[in-house]
Parts: sequence; C-alpha cells; structure tokens
Amino acid sequence: MNYNWNWSVLWEPEYLGWLLSGLGWTVSVALCAWGIAMVVGALVGVGRTLPNRLVSTLCTAYVELFRNVPLLVQMFIWYFAVPEMLPEDAGRWMKREMPQPEFVTAVVALGLYTASRVAEQVRAGIEAVPTGLKSAATAQGMGVAQVYRYVLLPISFRLIVPPMTSEFLTVFKNSSLALTIGLLELTAQSQQIAEYTFQSFEAYTAATVIYVLIALCATIVMTVVERYTRIPGYVGKGN
Amino acid sequence: MDFKFARRLLAIAAVTTGLGPAALWAQDLTGTLAKINDSGEIVIGHRESSVPFSYLNDQQQPEGYSIDLCMKVVEEVEKTLGKEIEVRYVPVNPKTRIALMANGTIDLECGSTTNNLTRQQQVEYLPVTFVTGTKILTRKDSGITSVADLDGKAIALAQGTTNERAVMAAVDALGLDVKILPVRDHAEGMLSLETDRVDAYSTDHILLHGLIAKSKTPDEFAVVGDFLSFDPYALMVRRDDSAFELVGKTALANVFRSGEIDQIYAKWFDPLGVPADPLLKAAFQLGALPE
Amino acid sequence: MGDFDFGVILNNLPFLWQGLQLSLWLTFLAVLGGIALGTLLALARLSGIKPLAFLAAAYVNLIRSVPLILVIFWFYFLVPLAVGQPIGGFYSALIAFVMFEAAYYSEIMRAGIQSVRTGQVHAGQATGLGYWQVQRYIVLPQAFRNMIPILVTQGIILFQDTSLVFVVSLRDLMTASSIVARTEGRLVEMYLFAALVYFVICFAGSLFVRRLQTRMTT
Repeated sequence: MNYNWNWSVLWEPEYLGWLLSGLGWTVSVALCAWGIAMVVGALVGVGRTLPNRLVSTLCTAYVELFRNVPLLVQMFIWYFAVPEMLPEDAGRWMKREMPQPEFVTAVVALGLYTASRVAEQVRAGIEAVPTGLKSAATAQGMGVAQVYRYVLLPISFRLIVPPMTSEFLTVFKNSSLALTIGLLELTAQSQQIAEYTFQSFEAYTAATVIYVLIALCATIVMTVVERYTRIPGYVGKGN
Repeated sequence: MDFKFARRLLAIAAVTTGLGPAALWAQDLTGTLAKINDSGEIVIGHRESSVPFSYLNDQQQPEGYSIDLCMKVVEEVEKTLGKEIEVRYVPVNPKTRIALMANGTIDLECGSTTNNLTRQQQVEYLPVTFVTGTKILTRKDSGITSVADLDGKAIALAQGTTNERAVMAAVDALGLDVKILPVRDHAEGMLSLETDRVDAYSTDHILLHGLIAKSKTPDEFAVVGDFLSFDPYALMVRRDDSAFELVGKTALANVFRSGEIDQIYAKWFDPLGVPADPLLKAAFQLGALPE
Repeated sequence: MGDFDFGVILNNLPFLWQGLQLSLWLTFLAVLGGIALGTLLALARLSGIKPLAFLAAAYVNLIRSVPLILVIFWFYFLVPLAVGQPIGGFYSALIAFVMFEAAYYSEIMRAGIQSVRTGQVHAGQATGLGYWQVQRYIVLPQAFRNMIPILVTQGIILFQDTSLVFVVSLRDLMTASSIVARTEGRLVEMYLFAALVYFVICFAGSLFVRRLQTRMTT
C-alpha cells in the first residue's frame, strides 16, 4: 500500500490551530484536575490514617470506590448519568447553564479519580514516617492535630514527591479520556486532523511528539521540586 | 469470541501452498475478491444507529435498507466465486468508516455514507442508493425553524459527517453564535437532544425521520429548515479494485432493473412515511444498466 | 428519567455478558503478551549492551508518556495500513494493549530482576551456566515470584484500561453497556451497572493481591 507523505499539513494555519487549541485543553484539564486531586487526595489520604474509625472507613471506601471503577465509566457517569439522577432543575443546570459542561465534567471526573491515587501515596508517606517520631511527639504532649501539623505532614509530604511525579504525568495522559464526552483535546484534535486530511501518520505523530514534550516538561518541573523538597540525609522506611 | 484470524491464516497457508481446493483458479482473482475467496468470508462494516439504513435491532443484530442491499451484493459475490461465503459484521462510525475501508479491515460498507469527491480520494462507491441532505431536528416547542434560529443555542453534530461541515459552514456564513457539541454517532446526538443537553441535532433528513420513529416520544420532535447540503448515499468499497466494484454494480443493477428495489424500499421507508422522490427513482433507473 | 428499571439490564444480560467475555479475554491475552514482551524489554535494558539498552529505554519512556487512547488510534488505524493486511479490530486492540502494557510490565520486571541478588547470578555463571540459562533457571523465576502482587495489580489496571476500546467501537462490556444505554434511553441504569461489574471484579482482584502480599511477607 502506498502512502503519500505530507508533513506540511501540520503547518497549515487551520490544522496547526486545532493542535494548539487541543494542547490548551489538555493542559487546562490536566492542571485543574491535578489541583482537585491534590486537595481531595491529601484530605482523604490523611483521613485514612486518622484514629477516628468512621473517618478512616469513609476515606478507605472513597479510595476503593474510585480506584476500582475505570475512569471512562466514571467520566460517563458524571456526564450522562448524574444530571439524570439529580432533581430536574439541577440536572438541567448541569447540562445547559453550567459554563463549559464538558470541560468541568472532565475536570471533576479526572480530579476525583486521581485523588484516590494521590490519597494512596499520601497514606503511604504518612505510614513511612518512623513510628518513633510520632510516639515522641505524643509524649511531648501534642494532640493528634499537632502531631500531624508539626511532625507527620511536613515529613510525609516531602517523602512522597518522587512517586507523585508519575501521578502528575498520568493526569496529562488520562486527560485524553475527555474526548469521549466531546471535549476536543489534543488526541481528539489529532484524530480530527487525520480524518480531514487523511494524513493519519502525520497527525498522530504530531500528537505523540507533543505528549512526549509535555512529559519532558513535567519531569523537569518535578525534578526541580524534588530537589527543593528532598530531606537531606533522610531515608524513609517506605523508600 | 471467535478466532477467525487463525482460521484465515490457515486458509491463506493452504492456498499459498497449493493445498486448498480453490488454489487452482485463485490466481485469476485479485484484490477483495481474492481475499474473500481465500478467507471464505466477507467483512461488512455496519452502523449502529443509522435508522433505517443500518442499525442494531432488538437482538443487537445489524439490519436495514443498506444491509439488505449489501446482502444482494454478497449473493452476487457468491455467484462469482461459485461458493458460499460467511458474512462478518464490524461496527463502524463516521470517524472510522473510511479509515477502516482504506486499511482493509472491512470489504463493504453498508451504512448511510455520502458519496463525495473528497472521500473518493480514499475509497470508491457503488451506484447511488439514496438521496438526501442535511436538515435540523429539534423539539416542536423550541421555536427553531431554520439555521438562523440557532443563534445563542446549542446543537449536536456527529464528528466526521458531511452534515457537521454543512452546518458549520452555514453557521459561519450567517455569523451566528452557536455552541456545538461534538458527538460520536446519531444515537448520541439524539440522546443529547432527548436529555435536553442541546436544542437541536443535525444530520441527513432521512436519518432524522428514522431517529424520530425510534424515539419513545416521536410527537415531541420535528425536522425543520431547508436542505443545507446534497447527500447522495452509496455503498462504499475499496478504491482501485474494479473487479469487486463490478460485482457490486452488477448486483445493484439487477435489483434496480428487476424492480426488486421497490419492495426493499417499501419495507424500510413505508413505516417512516417517506415515499421515494423522483430524483431517487431516476437514480435507480440510471443504475439499472443492461446486462 | 423516572424510576430505576432493572428490567433493561436483565433483558440485555446475554449481550452484556458477551461484552464482559471480550473484556476478560482481551485482558488475559494482553497480560500474557505484555509480561512476555515486558520481560524481554527489561532484559534488554539490563543486558549491558549499550545500543540495546538505549533502544529499550527509549521505547519504554516513549510509550509511558503517551495516552493509551492515542496508542489505540495508532495501532487500530495504521498497523493494517503499514502491514498491508487487515487483522481485525480485536487483534489490533490486542496488539495495542500488548505494546502499551509491555512498557509498564518492563518496569516491574526490571525491579524484579534487580531484586535478585547478584551473588546468585555469579554463582550460576561460576557453575558454567550461560546467560539464558542463568535467566531461565535463577533470575526470572525469582523475579516473577517477587513481583506477583504488582503484576496482578497491573493486570487489574489493564482490565480497567480495556474499557477504552470503546473509542474504536470494539464491543467490550463498556461498549455493550453504552449501546444498550443509548438505544433504550437508560443511561443511569446501564452506566451504574457497568461501574458495579467493574468494581466487583477489580475489588475482588485487589483483595486477592492483599492476601498474596500478606502471605509473602509472613
């Protein structure tokens, strides 16, 4: 089978514009979802280690629920099912009045899903802090909140930076699932270019190269963060 | 789960080593016919929600007007090869159909595909089997009667369709502010309309009638506006394969000439209340080439 | 949308079951293929042969920075074009999953191989075993055993990933649920049902992993 190579289609303003707009959506979805994942993930992860049975059970349930259902199914539930389960006004608001419904849905779905993975890292980080430190802090007369505030969290948050790097990369890759609910992010745009120009090789190559560049940038950022947050001379139990 | 791939490999191996019964005259066949002869099966690309052309029935089996016509082509292929062949169905959607035909995954596409020149750079078509064009489906109470009324509204469009481009062009020409929701296929488009996610959905008018007929509340919807495009439908085959194309043309010419087309047409379109228009009848006559 | 309608699930149970079978088959074959190819990649990276190690590392890092959906698009549309021979949706998807997951399995196997102490390798070589014999009889059996929980965990992730064949209309559990949801207009029931099935299987899998881990550490 012969194939007509034509790399110049990628530089045509129309298609280049699509790629850039796709890149914009990919980055926006990934960063917003990452924000949600950090906040929710930190809360849930800490919650799992708390002495309160109710809180830790709820947080464990959250992690198991969100981790054991495929992201695509979650995305569809948020997008297709949730508005139908809500009272009619709220459902209609989600579908019509909410600004950028596909974007917001994708961010929420991806954010809450990633949060369950972040929570696991946070919990592992807290459990990696030697128990002696915790006992010592308690012996000093610190309450639970103080132990977390001054001992467990400062150490564990610095310990988990390396494993978080791969989660950070994953969030960019997983943002591609937003195309299933109609958000024209990078992968969707490359497919659309493939379909308009029939230059599939070129279109997919462009998307692949951009994703590799994103991964490189993200890795560099995280390496810098790692360098600043590393605890000199400290080797945690879990590492 | 089937493992026809392995069987096909065996068949190819048998033919190439001269052990297969068909090996003696297989060398006369080329392209798709040779492939069908070797594998003993023809792969048909079908749609999941192009009512009444090609869609899944209650048993999740493909059926429709285009599928019936394709079965005529399959019969003609069997006659040409002098043996029975199996039919294997592969679901396609507007985004995948051309790529899957071009890369050889499917041999014959039986859906609701517009024959246009851009696509002919990639694929080939059999004679026209239906004539339609882009219109708009909306709720009766939406107040939308034409493209111009879409200003400030939301419309769903299936990615990869001619209708998507027609509506976008019309919207651009009128300078309207329309929110466009890209959807995968007609079912998803209809779903967006039914669940009030959009105010309108646009595709070929005949498909819109099909969607209304399949809907649980057909009285709530209406097809409005002028034709925004001219969409002659045809069955799709691979490019540069005139031998297979000829078999397809022969099958359709026989159906057109014998008048069998009228029964097939009536079977699928009478329930929708859509009679064949003069243009389509003319297309049938032109396709009815003599032997 | 009215009340919950369980009937729609019951009526379409055979169709959904076919979808689940496809998901499970795809997972099973992709895990086998992924581990096999992943092990070869890991061996290449640790082989000490510079070009080989570099190529393997480049492949793993490339695949790990690209979304699975894009990899599926690549293989689904372009492999038949490049090979000049159609191989069908299932096999295209299978190849995409094997090639994708191999990158992840290779990282797991690399850690597993490195967990085998070098002293054992030297001991093997000293008794006159060749490279492949050392790998076959000493390193890989231990590497596999050490890594079983992580390999199973990755298998669970792969099972979840198979839902992405939705983007190419291959009829797995996710696609089957979606078809029923759309044709019957029962979005809530079908997507929650799909979620439940995936959850039960994956949760059972992760409980199994936990049991494996406790048995291995005690």
